[in-house]
Amino acid sequence: MSIRNELENTLPAKLVVEDVSKSFAGRGRRVQALDKVKLEVGEGEFVCLVGPSGCGKSTLLNLIAGLDQSDSGRVLADGNPVVAPGRDRMVMFQEHALFPWLDVTGNVLFGLKLKPGLTRKDRREVARYYLKLVGLEHFMDSNIHELSGGMKQRVALARALAPNPRVLLMDEPFASLDAMTREQFYVDMQKIWAARRKTIILVTHNVREAVCLGDRVLLFSAHPGRIREEFKVTLPRPREFNSLELAALAGDITRALKRHTAEEAAA
Amino acid sequence: MKRFRNALIFFVSLVVFWQILYWVRNAPVLLPSPFTVAQYLWSAIWDGTLATATWITTKRLLIGYGIGCVIGLPLGLMTARSKFLGDTVGLLALGLQTLPSVCWVPLALLWFGQTEGAMLFVVVMGTLWSVLIAVDNGVRSLPPIFVRAAHTMGSTGAHTLLKVVLPASLPFVVSGMKQGWAFAWRSLMAAEIYVTILTGYGLGHLLHFGRELNAMEQVIGVMLVIISIGLLADKILFSPWENFMHRRWGTSRA
Ligand SMILES: Nc1ncnc2c1ncn2[C@@H]1O[C@H](COP(=O)(O)OP(=O)(O)OP(=O)(O)O)[C@@H](O)[C@H]1O
Ligand SMILES: [Mg+2]
Repeated sequence: MSIRNELENTLPAKLVVEDVSKSFAGRGRRVQALDKVKLEVGEGEFVCLVGPSGCGKSTLLNLIAGLDQSDSGRVLADGNPVVAPGRDRMVMFQEHALFPWLDVTGNVLFGLKLKPGLTRKDRREVARYYLKLVGLEHFMDSNIHELSGGMKQRVALARALAPNPRVLLMDEPFASLDAMTREQFYVDMQKIWAARRKTIILVTHNVREAVCLGDRVLLFSAHPGRIREEFKVTLPRPREFNSLELAALAGDITRALKRHTAEEAAA
Repeated sequence: MKRFRNALIFFVSLVVFWQILYWVRNAPVLLPSPFTVAQYLWSAIWDGTLATATWITTKRLLIGYGIGCVIGLPLGLMTARSKFLGDTVGLLALGLQTLPSVCWVPLALLWFGQTEGAMLFVVVMGTLWSVLIAVDNGVRSLPPIFVRAAHTMGSTGAHTLLKVVLPASLPFVVSGMKQGWAFAWRSLMAAEIYVTILTGYGLGHLLHFGRELNAMEQVIGVMLVIISIGLLADKILFSPWENFMHRRWGTSRA
């Protein structure tokens, strides 16, 4: 076991979450969103988080992003404690969080302009490249309010990808896309990930999506939020969303998820 | 073009109505005909009184309004983001904003005498507080997600303030500046009518003299000029912003 670990995890962990707890002041009582969560993500690893609504997935992403601080425990990125957001960890929020005062290109350029060493022309080119990738090259000058929900989500994806961060934290990025576009995205995401060797944490409610994209799928449980179970996905890449092996594994995970929910309800 | 035609027809009929009223009432001292008013305006334009008065008034207004905005904008940003300033300066602004800006005139006269300073003071007070309150409100009602998203993209401090907080609260800022403009304009007119300032006669003074001389055509003529300046300012100062917001946010056009 330890030898296998040695062989598999040759790179030091890119992200480390050490016994992180976080609670919020709710109405009269405190909500324990996360309880002693432990997680290690290696450089270039693709990790998917799956779990029931309200179990603390977004909270965990925010902590890793450095947008919020944990009550106890700590988050390390490249061995350094995370105390503030950084350009190396880009977030794609559950709400698209696009800026309405900028047009589509302006939104994608926002992060690029903060990245040193790019000329004006470079930035334009990069923005165009990613907008093309998400299929919005004809909407570069559109205003945000003119886009559909799925299109907004795609702009948000382009905005997160454009500055080429080492770490991508994605909160249900494909939730409002249609099935066709989504499957194209699974192909594109695997390509981007393979080409750029990004470290990605992706939150989703779609187990099959998690299996299609992730090296590991982590099952979260609610109240308090914890990582309950972990599945390694060893299927060869690139993975085909509709393949049988993938569906079989997704079935196993879904059953585990249901079992957890039943156990929680009983407890 | 259609809108222009509609407006034209509307205003021409107003003038016709006025002319009819003039014929029916037949009280030229109280209600001069449109022609008499036009005649006054024509002569006032040619002898330069109108230009001078307009220049003096707009100068006071623009300078005072500019000062008010330059102080009010950053102060509003600060009161919204600092609890201490919000509890102190913010509260003061809230109180002073409820004071009709005309009420500053007596104070201004006692402090500055019959000078330009008094005029400026009144205009600044009219502008400052409503701009401050509007910016403060705008920044406070900002969804936190914008700033959070900006932070993750590497934006901090002044960059966040200028590139995110300020543009995000633009709808509030513009409506606050518009209100500030309205207050400034009103209080300046009140001040000019109420006080004779020796350093220059503005439009308000022309109105006042018109009344003293029982020259109704001058009163009405100057009123028309004041209305036109108000409209023009609205179009020049605020329409571009409103169109921008209409385009970006999809808000309705003013
Ligand atoms: N800012 C906040 N204030 C108060 N409570 C919060 C806050 N953010 C999250 N919570 C609570 O923490 C818990 C976890 O929330 P979180 O948003 O992380 O869930 P999630 O797993 O992302 O859910 P979903 O799948 O629906 O997005 C919830 O019970 C929520 O009510
Ligand atoms: Mg969430």
